[in-house]
Amino acid sequence: MPTSDQTLDEILNLAASHFKVPREKLSPDADFFKTLGIDSLQTLDLLTKLENHFRVELPDYELQGVSDFRTLASKIQARL
Amino acid sequence: MHATRQPELHETMPHDRESPLSWTLADGVIELALHRSPCNELGSVSLEALEKFATALQKLESEAHALIIHSQIKSGFCAGADLRELYLRSKSMEQSEAAKGVRDFLERIHHVLNLIDASPLTTIAAVHGVTFGGGFELALTCDLIVADKMARFCFPELRLGLIPGFGGIPRLKRDLGNAVVRDLLLTGRSFNATKAQQIGLVSQVVGEGESLRAARATAAQLKKFDRATAAAAKRFIKPIPHEELKREIDLFCELFTRPAVEAGLRKFVESTDAQPYLP
Repeated sequence: MPTSDQTLDEILNLAASHFKVPREKLSPDADFFKTLGIDSLQTLDLLTKLENHFRVELPDYELQGVSDFRTLASKIQARL
Repeated sequence: MHATRQPELHETMPHDRESPLSWTLADGVIELALHRSPCNELGSVSLEALEKFATALQKLESEAHALIIHSQIKSGFCAGADLRELYLRSKSMEQSEAAKGVRDFLERIHHVLNLIDASPLTTIAAVHGVTFGGGFELALTCDLIVADKMARFCFPELRLGLIPGFGGIPRLKRDLGNAVVRDLLLTGRSFNATKAQQIGLVSQVVGEGESLRAARATAAQLKKFDRATAAAAKRFIKPIPHEELKREIDLFCELFTRPAVEAGLRKFVESTDAQPYLP
């Protein structure tokens, strides 16, 4: 099982690659809506991408109010 | 793939970008393409176009063996009912008039969806991205759902104080059972294509951008079978739950008149929240 830091790192890499944002612009505590410039539909895309990558199921109500990568990583880590 | 198009179709609406949808017939396969921005929301214009399609479908059934429904919009198959239109129309009317308008809309769209559901053709929904609410319900009318691995399904209606109104509950119950309906309906959560395949909703999960290709390959396979046999098999295995569909309309209309619904719709329409699609 990956460590929390590894999970966070994989999320940042995935988000950078999927939304074509330079990886160095993404930091763990950044607001992903702002740094990725994504809307609600694209957020669902990110969720699906993460679920497919980590092979987990993440109910979207658990993400209500989550807007930074670190908290997102902790939600995924809890399901690995 | 597209060798010829039937002349009759040119009289209707093939590839008219002003229309929310268009259809073609080639090699015995009717393809219904949805292409209304932002994500094929189903409002009055889409309903009129769907009604025209349903009329054409009945005429074309003798020339075809399969129907594929897909979206040409990047963000997804269909985000469901046009809630902005529903809200604005309802707001401009007396409550009784608005309720009557909603019932009329539901009865009309049920008529179209029941025709697709009961079509003697083998029907395939090729979905990707957002397949929510009424969009999910449209996919559920099809015999098979082929999903791109980025597809996502959801019944978000409860957050508006409503239930799905386009036949989703009876059809999902028919196809998968009551427990799955309860999970989706009562939590309002969305789930991905892999999960959808695990629970038996989706027949094939394919790579990103591959759902239409896979649906076409499936349609080509269907051509090998005797049509009358395939239609008889479908009639045997896929009854239309007419009574429950009618009760769904009644329940939707009963719920629609409550003040909580107007508040829910207003919140959705006016929301600048980054996550309005999340339940």
